[in-house]
Amino acid sequence: MAIVFIPSQLRSLTKGIEQVQLDVRNVRQVIEQLEDRFPGVRERLCDGDDLSPAIQVCVGQNISTRGMFTKIEADHEVHFLPAIGGG
Amino acid sequence: MSQETKQASSNGKYRVLGTRPVRHDGADKVTGKAIYTADVKAASMANGFVLRSPHAHARIKSIDTSAAEALDGVLAVMTAEDLPDVTDKIADLGEGSVNLAHLSNNVLAQDKVLYRGHAVAAVAAVNVHIAEEAANLIKVEYETLPSVTWVLDAMKDDAPLLHENLYTSSGGEKADTASNVGVHLNFQQGDLQKGFEEADAVVEREFKMATVHQGYIEPHAVVVDWNHDGRIKVWASTQGSFTCRQQTAEVLQVPLSHVTVVPCEIGGGFGGKIAIYLEPLAAVLSRKSGRPVQIVMRRNDVFEATGPTPGAFVRVKLGATKDGKLTAGEAWLAYESGAYPGGMLGPGCMCVFSCYDIPNALVDGYEVCLNKPHIKAYRAPGATQAAFATESVMDELAEKLGIDILEFQQKNAAKEGTRRVDGPVYPKVGLVECLDAAATSDHWNSTLEGPHRGRGIASGFWFGCGLKSSVVASVNSDGTINLTEGSTDIGGTRTSIAMQMAEVLGLDAQDINPRVVDTDNIGYTDVTGGSRTTFATGMAAYEAGLDLQRQMTERAAELWDCNSEDIQIESGNFVSSSQTATFKELATELFKAGEPLVGRATVAPDCSTNGFGTHIVDVEVDMDTGKVKILRYTVIQDAGKAIHPSYVEGQLQGGAVQGIGWALNEEYFFDDDGEMRNASFLDYRMPTAYDLPMIDTIIVEAENPDHPYGVRGVGETPIIPPPAAIANAICHATGVRMEELPMSPPRLWKAIQQNQDGN
Repeated sequence: MAIVFIPSQLRSLTKGIEQVQLDVRNVRQVIEQLEDRFPGVRERLCDGDDLSPAIQVCVGQNISTRGMFTKIEADHEVHFLPAIGGG
Repeated sequence: MSQETKQASSNGKYRVLGTRPVRHDGADKVTGKAIYTADVKAASMANGFVLRSPHAHARIKSIDTSAAEALDGVLAVMTAEDLPDVTDKIADLGEGSVNLAHLSNNVLAQDKVLYRGHAVAAVAAVNVHIAEEAANLIKVEYETLPSVTWVLDAMKDDAPLLHENLYTSSGGEKADTASNVGVHLNFQQGDLQKGFEEADAVVEREFKMATVHQGYIEPHAVVVDWNHDGRIKVWASTQGSFTCRQQTAEVLQVPLSHVTVVPCEIGGGFGGKIAIYLEPLAAVLSRKSGRPVQIVMRRNDVFEATGPTPGAFVRVKLGATKDGKLTAGEAWLAYESGAYPGGMLGPGCMCVFSCYDIPNALVDGYEVCLNKPHIKAYRAPGATQAAFATESVMDELAEKLGIDILEFQQKNAAKEGTRRVDGPVYPKVGLVECLDAAATSDHWNSTLEGPHRGRGIASGFWFGCGLKSSVVASVNSDGTINLTEGSTDIGGTRTSIAMQMAEVLGLDAQDINPRVVDTDNIGYTDVTGGSRTTFATGMAAYEAGLDLQRQMTERAAELWDCNSEDIQIESGNFVSSSQTATFKELATELFKAGEPLVGRATVAPDCSTNGFGTHIVDVEVDMDTGKVKILRYTVIQDAGKAIHPSYVEGQLQGGAVQGIGWALNEEYFFDDDGEMRNASFLDYRMPTAYDLPMIDTIIVEAENPDHPYGVRGVGETPIIPPPAAIANAICHATGVRMEELPMSPPRLWKAIQQNQDGN
């Protein structure tokens, strides 16, 4: 099971739950399962069918550029972080 | 002068990596033959000039261009009405994204100007003097509005509102009322109250930082030819040709395939040459005039109209036990985003505690619009401001606890397994190695004597990224290689990329001829930014080398009448039980025997390269004037593997010097009307060689497990520690803890006087 960390600003939707374990193979499934359990999460993290451009996803220890298609393995941590631009 | 490398594990492993060959573009650069955008001269080319707003905030009531159009020699005039309407669509630019409506509005103002220098209209003429004269004939009627140029003022309820449709987004939830605050971020870890209760000492301070500019030597410049068949060719000074292409196509609403961007040599970017400014203007003027159009910004336009990095207000509170273990950290950050939302708050919040293992932490951040140019990245965007606050408080806390600051940093340093406050856990990283190198360095162990002298130390972190890169390697009949790539070469990356291909193939660096080509001639490649190019495009070069080896092994098996599995690659040589050939020998044979050899690779590594660095500085303060003299400066940084040590040293030195300027002198001065009063290099004081000693470097090599040669990005981290390191040194020299950047002579002199007066 992957461990999905709920961003602090979304915990009002999860009644304070900070992390959940989900049986998922990619980020799209994370969003779907979070939305099932905590309605409203999708709207906060997504823009249409994609992750919001303001959001990037970190799976395991790696920030991914593959958005919803990012693969997830059992025991991976999943974090939703602000997007970054570099110099 | 001292430059040294501390290798963790790669000693003697490589033949090419770690050497210092002459750069492939060196001769062109030192003989003046390198072509920069201002050097491009197309047949019948016109020159453009941009009319800019004299007001920091005003509504445009009308624009009359008739007098300009009537002037002899004028070929075309444009306003925002000549640009297509672009919706509020967000375009993904690889590294970061952009709101296209804001981008288009920034290129040319529509109903409001949001900062002095905001482009309002543009003219093309037979020469730039007529273009300027015509631009000054354009009559713009403004209704001036109140302006705001300090971040905390812009957050007030009664502040002048820049955008009536901007609602604060807190984790994706929009506020009910419009304000200048675009984004609120929050990170939490552990139990903050319990953490501070466990602390034996707590330090809290507030810090203010001025807006600064990237200060690249080459101004923004562009040449655009909008051909009669609808194809648009752009020569540009850009950090990313594909990003430039996408923004230009989106603002002009034309297909990507109709735009070709030729990346010219670039005289510095540092994050400020990713966004476009002039391309759509020159394109429309070209379409209207039927000629190629060149626009080159003047220096004051660069300062007033292109992306500075954010001024900021940061409050940091840290607590630690008496044996020096951090127990809690709290940070509150307010960062400018300039005229439009979308700035550097995210990385600021993520970096504020990124160097340390802090079990209980809270970070709150706000990104705020105000009447300055739209903020752009500047080497590790947002991290320097955050580090100035945290590293200053760390120094003061160590002093309060009576613990050596370096020992305090070592005791709390982030390492493999440390969880950042924003959530992710670090893989193998090199901060501990950097701090250990600092502890054993000649600089740290030397004696600093004399009045009003002090030593400071500070550390910094930047993520570094992978993103997308493509390369193609065409093998010549003599076994040399033409390597085409899409990464603009800013810091010697042609050579650092070629060296990685040379290493895998058993060739010399000079056997590879690297060329940065236009967007029609290479696969998609993201910007030269994010400390990614030597890492990611180098990885692509390595992979393309492997692709060539696979092809050559298959074909060698036919030549040598054996199975491909029986051929091994040893130090770049092809070895079977009966035959051995070098890359060049086999390439020559295969050229005679059949099809040309072309290797290719595309990569999109999903990882951060996690660069840490530690800086040590000695200063001497003139107590009568407040002037700070840098006596000695050492940069220590983990490069993973230094492909070309000279270029790594150059990045460390360049970043440190820019950080020193940020620390001591650089700032935008605005008057009460929001006008920048120091928009020239005479008045915007950047350090020169006269101001500085040689910057010593120590390269630490703690290999990055996510790269075949262990490379980490190095370009951004070195700008982070200087302001904090220098502030700490000033404090030890004078007893004054500076809380504001820049620590310029008048500001420091005043603080010294107040300290002496007991205020």
